[in-house]
Amino acid sequence: MLDPLKIKRDFPIFKRKINKKPIVFLDNAASTEKPKCVIDAIKDCYENYYANVHRGIYNLSEETTSAYESARKKTADFINAKSENEIIFTRNATEAINLIAYSWGNTFIKKGDEIILSVMEHHSNLVPWQELAKRKGAKIRVIPLKKDFTLDFEVYKKLISKKTKLLTLTAMSNVLGTINPIKKFIKEAKKHNITVIIDGAQSVPHLKTDVQDLDCDFLAFSSHKMLGPSGVGVLYGTSKILKKMPPFLYGGDMIKEVTQFKSTYTDIPWKFEAGTPNIADVIAFQKAIEYIEKIGLKNIEDHEKTLLSYAKEKFSKYKQVHLYSPKTEISGGILSFNIKGIHPHDAATIFNTENVCIRASQHCASPLMKALGVGSTNRMSFYIYNTKEDIDKAEIALKKVLKIFKI
Amino acid sequence: MDLYSEIILDHYKHPHNKGLLKKHTHRTKELNPLCGDSLEIDLEIDKKGKIKNIGISPKGCAISTASASIFSDYLIGKTLKQVEKIKNEDIIKMLNIEITPGRFKCATLPLMTIKKIFN
Repeated sequence: MLDPLKIKRDFPIFKRKINKKPIVFLDNAASTEKPKCVIDAIKDCYENYYANVHRGIYNLSEETTSAYESARKKTADFINAKSENEIIFTRNATEAINLIAYSWGNTFIKKGDEIILSVMEHHSNLVPWQELAKRKGAKIRVIPLKKDFTLDFEVYKKLISKKTKLLTLTAMSNVLGTINPIKKFIKEAKKHNITVIIDGAQSVPHLKTDVQDLDCDFLAFSSHKMLGPSGVGVLYGTSKILKKMPPFLYGGDMIKEVTQFKSTYTDIPWKFEAGTPNIADVIAFQKAIEYIEKIGLKNIEDHEKTLLSYAKEKFSKYKQVHLYSPKTEISGGILSFNIKGIHPHDAATIFNTENVCIRASQHCASPLMKALGVGSTNRMSFYIYNTKEDIDKAEIALKKVLKIFKI
Repeated sequence: MDLYSEIILDHYKHPHNKGLLKKHTHRTKELNPLCGDSLEIDLEIDKKGKIKNIGISPKGCAISTASASIFSDYLIGKTLKQVEKIKNEDIIKMLNIEITPGRFKCATLPLMTIKKIFN
């Protein structure tokens, strides 16, 4: 078991009070707060050993390069990649997916090919494919949602054909919290030689991820959703597939040989990291992974399930509240809900008066909103520093909403 | 709780000039991409160039709905020239509540919608 109150003390932001009240942060699916060790790592880098990576012959640059590459090794180990050469640092998960769409997609997707994705994808795992389909004359096929908020596996199997070239799927819905049985989906895809991308932006911070066991070709996720700095994303790709792909961005640090009129490119992963990367933030990201490892992903998962189950129990008592949530056993720490007759923006505004930070929007998942038959939802999402008391405060805010709107 | 005054809540629950017009000279629609809200406004302009009739179809939060309702009352009798001159600050003033930056787009959606006529 983890101790959220002890953990909270590692996060300087929770010392802050707004209107003399502590902050109840329940928007972790959007971005998490940062522990002191991560903040200190950024400062330490700039104050003590900062220089550009991969070029300097002097001590400072060698130290920075070594720390930067150490973060790559740590990231590889964290998701059990075979080699650190399979880890590419990007700006965020969105950029990681765009890298695949431009480099792999432009090379291997042809006219008439089909791409399978689900109705619960975040826009970041939908729009790049819409654009690729437009460029190439390919087609997108969509796995629908069942009434129990899970994906329809039977329909998925029927969608697969000789034309299918790609399955790109989220491991966890950022709206419903549904943990998709991705291993089952990947196994089916592999039977048909289909390339697989997993969007791990929501799952990697909360659940143990083993890319070799999953047998996916790509995995994308973001540092900022797992205690790390913003501006760092991760693209995992197997060496086999990465080696077949052309670079995404061109310029410095990704070349082998440059003459006036043509160039050759360096090896993976560096051929996908053109220009000076986000050095200090990547280095600090390693501290975030170490912090998560210290707490333990199993403990994190158990803690979030306890909170989710507590929140569902509390909120389902109100007949005006509608929950959009699968069975707790197959859900991460995310709870979407609507209050009858009250727009989520209004609810979230009143939650804010109690310093309870929740999100109210389409959550960058517009097609899913349509499938649910709603314009938007309220969403609470939990992480390691959240407590049952945080949920009690959310309930107080809920009561205030009902009182103000007289519902 | 200044934002949700009795007046705002009343306009939200019972918006004035609700329903689109059978007979209209202008129809305009705008979306708020942040939350998926939408607002549709119908206008009927009389021979003197003044707004004779207005119909609104708001799908959104209390702030944007109340703002559309209050604004629709204000618009009756105005000429399009007068409408063109209305600024965001004017509509905020009409609401007479404290608008936080996060809710600015909700409050000003009716003005954005009506301004589409001039594009």
